[in-house]
Amino acid sequence: MTTETVPSKSNGGIADLKKMFGGGTSSLRQFGILFSLIAIIVVFQIWTNGTTLSPQNLINVVSQQSYILILAIGMVMVIILGHIDLSVGSVAAFVGIIVAKSMDDWQVPWPVAIGIGLVVGALVGAWQGFWVAYVGVPAFIVTLAGMLIFRGGNQWIGQSTTTPVPPEYSFIGSGYLPELPIAVNFNVLTMLLGLIGVGWVFYNEYRLRRQQQRIGVEPAPLWVSGVKVVLLSAAILWAAWLFATGRPGTSFPISGVILLVLVVVYSFITNRTVFGRHIYAVGGNRMAAALSGVKDRRVDFLVMMNMSILAAVAGMIYVGRATASGPQDGNGWELDAIAAVFIGGAAVSGGIGTVIGSIIGGLVMAFLNNGLQLIGAGADAISITKGLVLLLAVAIDVISKRRGGPSIIGIFMRRFEGKDNKKAVLPETMPAVAPTTASNESSLPADLPRQ
Amino acid sequence: MTDAVPILEMRSITKGFPGVKALSNVSITVAAGEVHAICGENGAGKSTLMKVLSGVYPYGTYDGEIWFRGEVVEFKDIRASEQAGIVIIHQELALIPELSITENIFLGNEIERGGVIDWSQARLRALDLLARVGLREDPDTQIKHLGVGKQQLVEIAKALSKEVKLLILDEPTAALNEDDSQHLLDLILSLKGKGITSIIISHKLNEIEQIADEITIIRDGRTIETLDVNAGGVDEDRIIRGMVGRSLESRFPDRTPHIGEVFFEVRDWWVQHPQVPERLVAKGSNLVVRRGEIVGLAGLMGAGRTELAMSVFGRSYGKYLSGTLIKDGEEIVLKDVQSAIDHGLAYVSEDRKVLGLNLLDTIKRSIVSAKLSKVAPRGVIDAYTESDVADDYRKRLRIKTPSVDVGVAKLSGGNQQKVVLAKWMFTDPDLLILDEPTRGIDVGAKYEIYTIIQQLAAQGKGVILISSELPELLGISDRIYTIFEGQITDDLPVSEATPENLMRSMTSVRQKAQR
Repeated sequence: MTTETVPSKSNGGIADLKKMFGGGTSSLRQFGILFSLIAIIVVFQIWTNGTTLSPQNLINVVSQQSYILILAIGMVMVIILGHIDLSVGSVAAFVGIIVAKSMDDWQVPWPVAIGIGLVVGALVGAWQGFWVAYVGVPAFIVTLAGMLIFRGGNQWIGQSTTTPVPPEYSFIGSGYLPELPIAVNFNVLTMLLGLIGVGWVFYNEYRLRRQQQRIGVEPAPLWVSGVKVVLLSAAILWAAWLFATGRPGTSFPISGVILLVLVVVYSFITNRTVFGRHIYAVGGNRMAAALSGVKDRRVDFLVMMNMSILAAVAGMIYVGRATASGPQDGNGWELDAIAAVFIGGAAVSGGIGTVIGSIIGGLVMAFLNNGLQLIGAGADAISITKGLVLLLAVAIDVISKRRGGPSIIGIFMRRFEGKDNKKAVLPETMPAVAPTTASNESSLPADLPRQ
Repeated sequence: MTDAVPILEMRSITKGFPGVKALSNVSITVAAGEVHAICGENGAGKSTLMKVLSGVYPYGTYDGEIWFRGEVVEFKDIRASEQAGIVIIHQELALIPELSITENIFLGNEIERGGVIDWSQARLRALDLLARVGLREDPDTQIKHLGVGKQQLVEIAKALSKEVKLLILDEPTAALNEDDSQHLLDLILSLKGKGITSIIISHKLNEIEQIADEITIIRDGRTIETLDVNAGGVDEDRIIRGMVGRSLESRFPDRTPHIGEVFFEVRDWWVQHPQVPERLVAKGSNLVVRRGEIVGLAGLMGAGRTELAMSVFGRSYGKYLSGTLIKDGEEIVLKDVQSAIDHGLAYVSEDRKVLGLNLLDTIKRSIVSAKLSKVAPRGVIDAYTESDVADDYRKRLRIKTPSVDVGVAKLSGGNQQKVVLAKWMFTDPDLLILDEPTRGIDVGAKYEIYTIIQQLAAQGKGVILISSELPELLGISDRIYTIFEGQITDDLPVSEATPENLMRSMTSVRQKAQR
C-alpha cells in the first residue's frame, strides 16, 4: 500500500491536480488527456502564428462544437452504464425539424417551441429506454433502429427539405452574451463568468483540503494548492479575456453558456448524487449493484431517456446556429460524441468515465479539427488524423490496463523511478486474492449471470 | 487388480497459489483398468489435483512428478494431456448448445481432408460412439435439445473419440436424476470392462461405494489414505471419517452466546429454478432464527444453500412460488432487494468479486453503497459524512489500507471481505446472511471475520452462516441446518452435531428430522 502514496508525494501538486477529475484509477489518464489538449493547442498556436487562440477562432470552436460536447455529456453516462447510443444525431435532427416546423408552420412562439422540443426528446428517450431497460434489447440495436427511425422521421416531417427558423430563435445557436451599458472595452458578462469560474476553483480546492484532513490524509503543502489555484484561475481569466475582447458585437456564445451550465449540473449529478452513484455502480458491476438494492433497469431507462433529451438540446442549438432545420442535420454526431467520451478516459467495458474528462476529450478532437483546418489540411487528412488519435487514445488505455498501470504517464513514471520501484509497484496491481482450491467449487447458481 | 505398472502415478504433487497452499505432497496411484474414486470436502484440493493432471496448470507451475503408463509426463496444456489419452469431463459441461452432437464430438478434432470436413464419415463415427455410450439420438440433434444426462453421455462419447486411456469425471452425477445417474455408473463399469480406467470425483458416497475399486481421500490438500473397496470393510461411515477427521484447533474465538426469541422465520418456502421450470431449488424449506443466534447452513455444492438465501433476500434468485417470511411476528413480503434491505436483511454473497463489490470503486464508496440514503439527505451525497463513516469502519474492522480512498481491487481477499461486511453492517441489518464469508482468505483474516460475526450476534442480530467448511460451522454456529437437494434435512444444536452426522444429512434425506 505504501507504494501507492509515495509517488503522489514526490510529484506534489501534479498528483493533486489530477483530483480535479475526481478520484479513482481513471483520473491519471484524464490528467494525461488534459496535457494532450494543452499540447495540441500550443502546437497549433505556434503553427498558425497565433490564430488558434485568437478570440474569433475560440468563438468558432465553441459555437461549432458545443452541441457535440452536450451530446458527450449524455453519452458518457450511457457508456459508463456499458451501453451505447447511436441515435443521437438522428434524434437531434428529428427534434430540430419539429421545433422548426412548429415555429414556421404553426406560428408557435419560440419559448413554447423549445418546450415542445424538450418534451419530444423525453418521449423519444422513453421509447428507447423502454426497449433497453424493460425488454432487454441491447442498446446498440435499439439505437441503431432509432437512428433509422428518427432520421426517417425528420425527412418525413420536413419532406426532405430545409425549414427556416425565425431570427429571434437563432440566438440560442448563434447569439452572444449581451453588452451591458457600461463604458469598458470588454464584455462585462463574459468576464463575470470568468470570475465565477475562479470562485469555483477556490471553493473546490478548499473543499478538497478539508475533506482530506477529515479522513486523515495529509493534504499537499499549502503552496502547492496555491500554485494550482493561481494557474487555473489565470487560465480561466485569460480565456474569458480573449472571449470578452473579440470583434465588437461578439463575446462568449450563448451555446457555450448552455454547455457550461450543463457541464456543472451533470458533473454534480454524476459525482454527488445518489443517482450518479447508481450509474457507476451498475456500470461497474451490475449484479453487485442489483444485490445492493439498486434498481438497475430504472437506471438504464433514465440514462437512455436523458441522452435523448440532451440530443434534443443539441439539435435545437444546431438549428439556431444554422437558422434552419435540414434533412442532413446531425449526420455522424454520434460518432464524434462517442469518440470524445473514449478519448476522455471512459472504459469500453463500462464503469469508468467522467463528464469533465469527456468534455476535455471532445475539446481535443475540436482543437485538432480546428487546427488542421487552419493550416489548410483537407477533409481527408483531418478524418484520418482524428481516426488515428481515437485509436491511439483507446490503445493506450487498453495497454496500460493490461500492465495494470493507470495510464501511459504512469508507465513513464514507473520507468523513471527505476527497477526497484517497478518491482514494488507491480505486485500491488495483481489480483489481490489468490485463486483458491475452492474457487471452482462454487455453490453459486451457475445460471446467475444470465438472469 | 494386477501387479503390472500402474497407469497413473502422481508423486508428491505440491501446488500453491499466492498465499494459499492448495496441495502439499499429494500422491496417488491408479492401477490400470480400475475405477478410482477421489473423495474430500469442498476445497480439499480434488479439483486442483485433477487440473494439475490434465495440464490446466501446466508443468512447471507445480512440484512433483506425474508418471503415466510408465513414463514421466510434462503436460503444458490440456491438448497435450488429451493426446496422451487423459480426458477430463468437468462438472460444467463444455458442449456448445447450438451445435449438433456430431459437431460437438469432433470439435477441435475434426475428420477432415485438406481442411474440408468429411461429414458422412464423421456422422458414421458419431453413430458408432453413441452406440458405445448407449445414447440413442440422431447425431444431427442440437445439444440444446438434450437433457443434462444425455449431454453427459455425449461428453463421454467425445472422450472416447480421442482414444481415451484415462477418463476423469468431476462430479458427473451432480446434476443428474436417479435413472440417468444409474445409467452413467453402469457405463463407467462397462468402459472398465473394455480397459478404460476412470477416476471419479463425487460427493455421492453411495455411488462411490457402488462402483469404485479404490478410494483416495484428500483433506486440506494432503492425501489422507487410500482405501481398497474390494478388500471389504469400506462403507460410507468409513469414508466420511476419512474426509472430516481432523482435529478442531483453536481457530475460533471464544464466545458465550446470548440467544433470545425467534424473530425471523421462513415458512414452507418453494422456489423454482429461473430457467428450468420443473427444477425446484427450494422444496418447502422451513427455518427460524433467534436474536443473537448464529445459525449454520450446511450443504454440499449445488444443494441449494445459496439459492435459498438469495431467494429469501428480495427474490434475487429463481422464481418464487410460495412461502412466507415472518419477522418480529409479522408477515413481510420482500419483492425486491431494496425492500429486503429496508426490512433489515443483509446478504453477503459468496463471490465477493462477482456479486459483492464493484472492483472499480474505492473503499469509501463501496462501504456506503448499499444504503446511500444514510449519507445522502435529499439525494445529494455528503462527502464529509461518507468519509467519516468509511473511516470509522476502517478502524473498527481493522481494514488494512492507508486510506479509504484506495480502490477495493487493491486490497487482499480478507480486507475486501471486511469491506463487504462493513457495507452490510452499514445498512443496520437485523438478520445477516453470510454466504461463505471466509472463502479464499487466510487463517488470520478468518479469525478476525469470526470475531466480527460474533460481535454482530452479541448485538442481538441474527446470523445465518452458509459454509462448506464443517469445522467452521461447528466452530462458531449455535445451531446447524443441513440441506440436500433443496430440502432442509436436519436441524441440530451444535452440541449434538458431529462432522459425521452432518455429512450424512448433507448427502441424503433419509435422516430427515421430525421436529
